[in-house]
Parts: sequence; structure tokens; C-alpha cells
Amino acid sequence: MSNDKISAEVKKLAGELLESGKVSAVVGYAEGTLKGRVQTFIARKASETEKFIFNQNCANNLAVYLTKSYNIISAGKPVAVFLKPCDIKSVTALIQEHQLKREDIFIIGLSCQGVLNDSGPAGKCRACSMHNPQYYDALIGGVVEEKEPEVTDPFARVKEIESMTTSECWEFWMKEFDKCVRCYACRQACPLCYCEQCIVDKTRPRWIESSAHPIGNLGWHLIRAFHLAGRCIGCGECERVCHQNIPLSLLNMKMSKEIFDLYGYTAGMDEGAKPPLTEFKMEDNEEFIR
Amino acid sequence: MDENFEPKIAAFVCTWCTYTGADLAGTSRLKYEPNVRVLRLPCTGRIDFSLVIKAFENGADGVLISGCHPNDCHYNAGNFHARRRFAVFRKLLEFTGIDPNRVQFSWVSAAEGAKWRDVVNAVTDEIRKLGPFTEYQKLIGDSFPFQHEASETEQNSEKEQVENVK
Repeated sequence: MSNDKISAEVKKLAGELLESGKVSAVVGYAEGTLKGRVQTFIARKASETEKFIFNQNCANNLAVYLTKSYNIISAGKPVAVFLKPCDIKSVTALIQEHQLKREDIFIIGLSCQGVLNDSGPAGKCRACSMHNPQYYDALIGGVVEEKEPEVTDPFARVKEIESMTTSECWEFWMKEFDKCVRCYACRQACPLCYCEQCIVDKTRPRWIESSAHPIGNLGWHLIRAFHLAGRCIGCGECERVCHQNIPLSLLNMKMSKEIFDLYGYTAGMDEGAKPPLTEFKMEDNEEFIR
Repeated sequence: MDENFEPKIAAFVCTWCTYTGADLAGTSRLKYEPNVRVLRLPCTGRIDFSLVIKAFENGADGVLISGCHPNDCHYNAGNFHARRRFAVFRKLLEFTGIDPNRVQFSWVSAAEGAKWRDVVNAVTDEIRKLGPFTEYQKLIGDSFPFQHEASETEQNSEKEQVENVK
């Protein structure tokens, strides 16, 4: 289906939902201020829904607006939100962690053929094998044919780094972390970084140096990756919003890979599952313990 | 490398088992390497990895984390949870180019004074071989840790945030 057709469908559905009073707001995409860019738009009246669009530039994961700090969900009426298949995984994770109730949201699922970043198809989309939403209340774009991903091994780049020596790894990451200016865009864009007070903002004691000093940068990126271990669903927003182009997904992917290897768990697939770092088994590996 | 290099090792231990075990090593007059600085915590499950990072930031060459054997935890499951976190955290360290051998784990019970001695000796040896953690110390440079007190506005804003959460 063409972009225009889908955008028309998006506008129509959003209008109907607000008109009927079924939802209190619709969170979606609108044209950005620059060509080829989109921005988040929240409509509260049916008359505002003309602004909604959907096309391959709509990379943003709108699940982040469902977290408590945005305060969009108020008691009584659900909020409708446009979600791509991978964004729905974030919702699953939020429900799993009791940050969101399924009945508080109306999911408008978008079947997705992949989104674009500045240099072409986004990395995550090239390895994606989930083009249709797992669950939804309304579907836009119909069911698309699932196709084999272009990149068969999503962990290829992770393995490349694993094969480097310790000092090469250190050099690689120090060069990357050195670029960090600590804007915390990675944290703000992440639907699962919902702590009301982030550890990096604590000043008594100051766990992580908050200036862009190399020591603080290393501390921040280690802690960020570890706090998302077993929770990150791989939407790649952290990396997309990073204006210093730090390959943050690599750290998250590494954690996902290890969690899968150790505990056979993939995040964002089952809202009833327990995240692996909140449970344990008697027979867990302990070869590395003396 | 300096021939006489002696590593600084921060040992985060649980109070119920390893700390008592280390105490037993002392009361039994067992001699072991003086390189560890023992830091007592309620449980291995309490060990946030920010502590490990802080230890490195403050010049440690290695970290030893030790607690009760599985099924011996005073809080029933603290060490089981910790075990999973250790397993994952080690991999993250390795990935970012920190030798995972700089962070060592062990189970030492309250009755194992002799095991504590052996563990400390073995860990000290291993970290001595790895040498000083110069990469990290270079990162620290002369400027860190910054001796900054939280300013009044910072303190107030933190208070406000805490109030808001309440």
C-alpha cells in the first residue's frame, strides 16, 4: 500500500476514535520541520488528526510516551497509540514490568516494511523477521508477507568485536565513549529507561561522574547497558537519537545475546514471562565462581 | 612492569558468610596477602555494580566479590540473584575491554577461614600477574575524583525530586 493511502487510513482511524470518544488522545507521527523528518504528535481533538502521517521515516518508538513521566494516560479512557511491530515489544515489556496496563491503551498496529535512517534502511530492520504486529486493537496497512531478513545473523557485529583482543576492545570503546557529551538522549528515547530518578542524576552519593569526563562516560555506558540487560527489546532508539553516533545498540545486543545464551530468554515476547535477572534457577552456571 | 607491584584489591563480602569466614581466618592466625581491602555488605545480592565501577575509579586494580554458598544465603535467595547478575556483568566487562579476571567471585562460608586465605592468595597472584590497571588509571588522570560538594541548588532540586516521587 502506498504511503498516501496509509496516511489517509491513519488520519481516518484517529479521527473516528476521537470522534466516538473511545480514546482520550492519539499518539502518532506528524510531518517534521525538515524534509524527511517526522515528529511525535498527540491529538486530543478529532479536528487535529489531519496532521497524522505514516511512512518509512517514522522510526520513532512511540511507546516511550506511555511511560508514567509523560502523564498522557489518565484514568478512565484509554490512549490510542501508533506502534510498529518492534515498538509493540516495548509495550509488552512495560506491561510485564507493571508500568502500563493493557486496558489503558488502544494499540493501532502498523504493519511495517522497515524504516529508514540517514543512510538507508535502519540496521535493525535489515535483520528484522517481524513485519506484522504481535497483537493490536486495530491494524493499519493489512497483513504483509513475512520475508526472510536480509541480514541473517543480527549479532554479526557483536561477534566481530568479541573476536578482538581485550586491549583492542578497550581502545574501540574508549574512542566511542570519548565522543559522548552526556546529553542522555539515549535515556530519554528509551521506553524502558523509566526510573523516576536515574542513578546518574543522584548527587549524594554521586555514583557516576556527571560531566563528560572519560571516567563518567565509561561508568554511564556500563551502567546503562547493564540496567537494560534482559529488558532491552532492541528498538535501537538509543543509537538512532545519539547525535555523536555511538554504537549503543552494540552494547544492548551483546547483553541480549548473553542473556539468551545463558538463560534462553528473549525480551518483549511474552508479557507473562519473568525477566531473567529477577529470577534464578538452582542449576544456573557458576563455573566462574571460585 | 614494576617488579615490586602490589595490587590493590577491593573485596566486597557478605556479612553472614565471607566476612565471618575472613574473621575466622584472622582468629585462626592464618596469614594471607595483605592486598585486599575488605568491604562488608549485608549480602552479595546487595552488590550493585556501581560499587565495582567506583572501586576502579578509586584506583583498585582488582575486585573480589564473595558471599555465601548457594542454599546458604541468610536471605534465602540473594546469592542466587547475584550469581545471575555476575554472569552477565562479566560478559559486559569483557566486551568493553576490561579483563574479566580483574573482577573475581567466590563462595566462602563462615567456617571456611582456610578457603578465604586460599582465595585471597590466588586472586592476589592473578591480579599481580595482570599488573596495575593502567588503562583505567590513565582514564582517571589527575582531575578525578573531582572534589565537588553538591551545591545548594543541586541539593534542593534533589530534595524536590524526592518529594515529587513521594
